[in-house]
Amino acid sequence: MVLTVSKVLIGKTSHPGVAEGEVLVLTEPVSFWGGVNHHGEIIDVHHAQHKAKMTNKILVMPSGRGSSSATAVLAELIRTGDGPLGIVMLQCDTILVIGALVSAEIYGISMPIVELAQAEYDQLTDGMNVAIAADSQSQVATVTL
Amino acid sequence: MSLAPMQLVLSDEETAMLAGEHGEAVAMCMRIIVGVAKANGAEKLIEIESAHADGTLYHGEAGLDFTEKLVALGGKVKVKTTTNVGSLDLLHPTLVHGDEITMAHGRRLMDAHIALGCEPTWSCAPYQAGHRPAFGSHVAWAESNAIAFVNSVLGARSDRYGDFLDLSAAVTGRVPFGGLHHDAARKAVLVLDFSNIDSKMFSEDAAWAALGVLLGNKAGTRVAAMVGLPGDLADGGVTEDRLKGMGATSASAGGVGLFHVVGITPEAPTLAAIVAPNAEHVVMTAQDVREARDQLSTTTSDKLDAISLGTPHFSVDEFRAVAEAIGDGPKFAKQIDFYISTSRDVLARSKDLGYLDVFTNAGGRVLTDTCTYVTPVLNQNVKNVMTNSGKWAWYAPGNLGIDVVLGSLTECVASARAGRVVRDESLWS
Repeated sequence: MVLTVSKVLIGKTSHPGVAEGEVLVLTEPVSFWGGVNHHGEIIDVHHAQHKAKMTNKILVMPSGRGSSSATAVLAELIRTGDGPLGIVMLQCDTILVIGALVSAEIYGISMPIVELAQAEYDQLTDGMNVAIAADSQSQVATVTL
Repeated sequence: MSLAPMQLVLSDEETAMLAGEHGEAVAMCMRIIVGVAKANGAEKLIEIESAHADGTLYHGEAGLDFTEKLVALGGKVKVKTTTNVGSLDLLHPTLVHGDEITMAHGRRLMDAHIALGCEPTWSCAPYQAGHRPAFGSHVAWAESNAIAFVNSVLGARSDRYGDFLDLSAAVTGRVPFGGLHHDAARKAVLVLDFSNIDSKMFSEDAAWAALGVLLGNKAGTRVAAMVGLPGDLADGGVTEDRLKGMGATSASAGGVGLFHVVGITPEAPTLAAIVAPNAEHVVMTAQDVREARDQLSTTTSDKLDAISLGTPHFSVDEFRAVAEAIGDGPKFAKQIDFYISTSRDVLARSKDLGYLDVFTNAGGRVLTDTCTYVTPVLNQNVKNVMTNSGKWAWYAPGNLGIDVVLGSLTECVASARAGRVVRDESLWS
């Protein structure tokens, strides 16, 4: 009998929610405004993952970048279903947290954002499937590989 | 990152706001402020003196739904709140040719901000249109270039806020006590040293756009101090506009919310005054600046269809510089569309001073309330555009699908006359 042992990474809740999906790792931050179009594709020509699509993925990136209108772009992506299912970051980005908070207020969709320390963050690789559970009360978040 | 969450403590008034005792609009905004405070581990909220609202540009229904919901719930801003650019030029309505829905929704979004009690500034450079917070005051500003400016050049204190939080802060009069509101977070953890570069290279505005790319690339979201750069904030606007352009570019290429230029910006009379212990020290070279400049041009062709200045919005001093560069020389080549984006406040003052007429008589056109890279203003046949703005050069190729060439203001005027790109390489040696 083969036992599947799943690994659980512990981090901090930046925005509560649950999600499960395939990981898309960005090697550098992307600005949602000007860097991502309404279909969830990276259109920033300077970006290493130019043309990658984040729709229905667990987006993993080190930090935030660029325009503060990223809040509205993220909220709109969440509204239309073209956005990521969850976001994992090394350094929590307030701008993205706001987009998630407003989507929860207006549309009742709670997209988790999780902050992980470097050692845990480094275990996430492109294409793997993970499940995120980010709790509001305890502010403890888990990423299950 | 600490796993133990900091306990957020609210005042009695804030608790009442959260409980809905000040109305449902205040309660919704308070939930958002508290959500951010928790994410950032803030211990308390602080009162703000002003706000700059960035949610005026239409990005889709989410922004409109949020703002109109606030209006419907009876929301009103509690502090002076200026507005960022919108999706329309309300003064020159024929210049923007966007699709019907964006125009209609964009108008509704602007109207909703007025209904909340915001001032109709419609500018990404409110700091040059009458809104200059005092040194050390706490504010809630959104729009990345305005955040960099208000923190760095004015020495007021705003964290990097975005759409929604700006209005939530304006309606509650509160922000989380976190990020750049703290003394410690304003110290430079990175020092960029330009002392070895001949200051002649920094005599034109385009070099400061290149410096913005360097700053953004090196700093990311960290606070940096720059040493060895020339300038004086009391020189009649030249240095202020250079720092405006540099900060805007750095906030696009990186996530810069605060930078110090030692000997120039108000918190940095000396490096010792603002440097953090164990800060990283990097010596920059002229080659670094040239390489950064090259990131702001997507073509080496000398073909030219249009010129766009004023990202962030042009100041009165920049209009004076354009008027001086034009002088009584020849008009712009007929096939070149030459746009300047600015605020209605700066437009009126530049007209009174006679600078505006010099530019429009030469064949230029002015756009207010919005900007040429966020709304469809440029003719569809336009393929090659020149700008002195690092921020425009950073975003426009992706936003508009055009090629861009970075040049100084004087090179832009010379190119407009020649009908092709004219650059002076000697500036970069």
